[in-house]
Amino acid sequence: MALDHAVPRLAATASDLQARGLAKRFGTAAPVFSGLDFSIRQGDCVALVGANGTGKSTLLRCCLGLIAPDAGQVSLLGEDIARIAGPARRALRARTGLVGQKHNLVPRLSVLSNVIHGLLGQSSGPRYWVQGLAPEPARRAALASLEKVGLAHLALRRADQLSGGQSQRVAIARALVGKPRFLVADEPCASLDPQAGEEVMALFMSLVKREGVTVLFTSHNVQHALSYGDRILGLQGGRIAIDAAARDVTPQTMAALYV
Amino acid sequence: MSDLAPPARFSRPGPGGFLGYVAVLLLVLWAMEGAGWSVERLVASPPKLADFFARAWPPSTHNLDRLAWKMVETLQIAVAGAAIGIVLSVPVALLAARGVLVGRGVNWAVRTLLGFIRAVPDLAWALVFFVAVGLGPFAGMLAIVIDTIGYCGRFFADDMENTDPGPAEALGATGARRLDIAACATIPAALPAFVSTSLFGLEKAVRSSTILGLVGAGGIGIELKVGFDLFDYPTALTVILMIAVVVIGVEQIGALLRQKIMGPGR
Repeated sequence: MALDHAVPRLAATASDLQARGLAKRFGTAAPVFSGLDFSIRQGDCVALVGANGTGKSTLLRCCLGLIAPDAGQVSLLGEDIARIAGPARRALRARTGLVGQKHNLVPRLSVLSNVIHGLLGQSSGPRYWVQGLAPEPARRAALASLEKVGLAHLALRRADQLSGGQSQRVAIARALVGKPRFLVADEPCASLDPQAGEEVMALFMSLVKREGVTVLFTSHNVQHALSYGDRILGLQGGRIAIDAAARDVTPQTMAALYV
Repeated sequence: MSDLAPPARFSRPGPGGFLGYVAVLLLVLWAMEGAGWSVERLVASPPKLADFFARAWPPSTHNLDRLAWKMVETLQIAVAGAAIGIVLSVPVALLAARGVLVGRGVNWAVRTLLGFIRAVPDLAWALVFFVAVGLGPFAGMLAIVIDTIGYCGRFFADDMENTDPGPAEALGATGARRLDIAACATIPAALPAFVSTSLFGLEKAVRSSTILGLVGAGGIGIELKVGFDLFDYPTALTVILMIAVVVIGVEQIGALLRQKIMGPGR
């Protein structure tokens, strides 16, 4: 259900994400990546692939403005994220979400409280800290989001009493409760066994596609990238080695990224 | 079995390491000299100690009621001071913890202030509050409050800095404010460590409160001082035994609670 305190929407652009000349290095080591140019259209689902250490997670965080690139520019939902700060940056982030490799729930709190935290970008204050204090619309929105991932019956269970698959579903519910327009998922199935990973990935992708969310996700699972991504971005040696529609990419081309 | 020769069990220290060992040894010898280290006085002490225990034994039971009430007052000073100090430590720690609520400059200033609070002994704080609010247990309680803030404020901040940054990052990515992130992700994650630190704070407060009476800040410490001043060693021994029983009891209860909250081995 929709919250009655709706987030102001920025003007729609052809590209939800545009990266120009992105570069990042840590300390004096060689650059993780440099000169990256790419864009992601609204509603696209893009798989970012590459071997360990090619900077996929760093790139995702640069795209969300969680870490600053050393060079280049990121335009997210029509905003240059380096040029906005304070309330404007929070308003932008309220329209984005992050699903991590680890579920990143707060272990001692209930499932429902964790999902309500997904609304903190839109509604701040102690009433949103725990479900017991939360306004009724927020509780209902969180419960509806939990229902979408099939876990409404576990709303009052402590987050540290869930299985890995359940935890990741709750993380997805938390990411979706604020109705984001752009979602980043950093290897969302990496900590799950193959069957749970398959279920979570299928659920995640069906939800984001149904709600028209633009998604940038990383995965080491070639089949996931090819099945769920509309487009493949492949990183190798700090550069983009593949930028093509998923239907045009073969598993062999993907395998070459890991050599 | 392998034919490889096993490596040396110990490595010989290099010139820098050897000089380091010598420097530490010289530092300790210098400190002992300054502390009036005397083998003759140490050797002569057992008969005097034996004489004290002979004169103190058996412990006095004449004033047990009064001493018991003084011990209750001691615990009241400790519990009230620790409770207020622990509550006040949370906002102070939020300002002291790096990367949680405020910038590095404020972190540094608050941590320096906490360092100053810890550097001043609790007896000195009691003397300061004795001047401010007068003789009695209230001065002692205020000394415990400030001492607890110095201790818990620093360790709460460390506990918050050591939490898994993942949940905070996930909330930050949705546009949550720093205070919301601290309240929803950082503090709940640090809560078990807060409880453990608070229990250590309470134990510390109980130990401190037993001697605050030496400077007139309430509690059973004054009875210890009077016992020694009047050569009433049986009463002094009673006070020492009461302090030992209460401090050990509080430590045991604290250890049990910590194990229950944190789990074994943590």
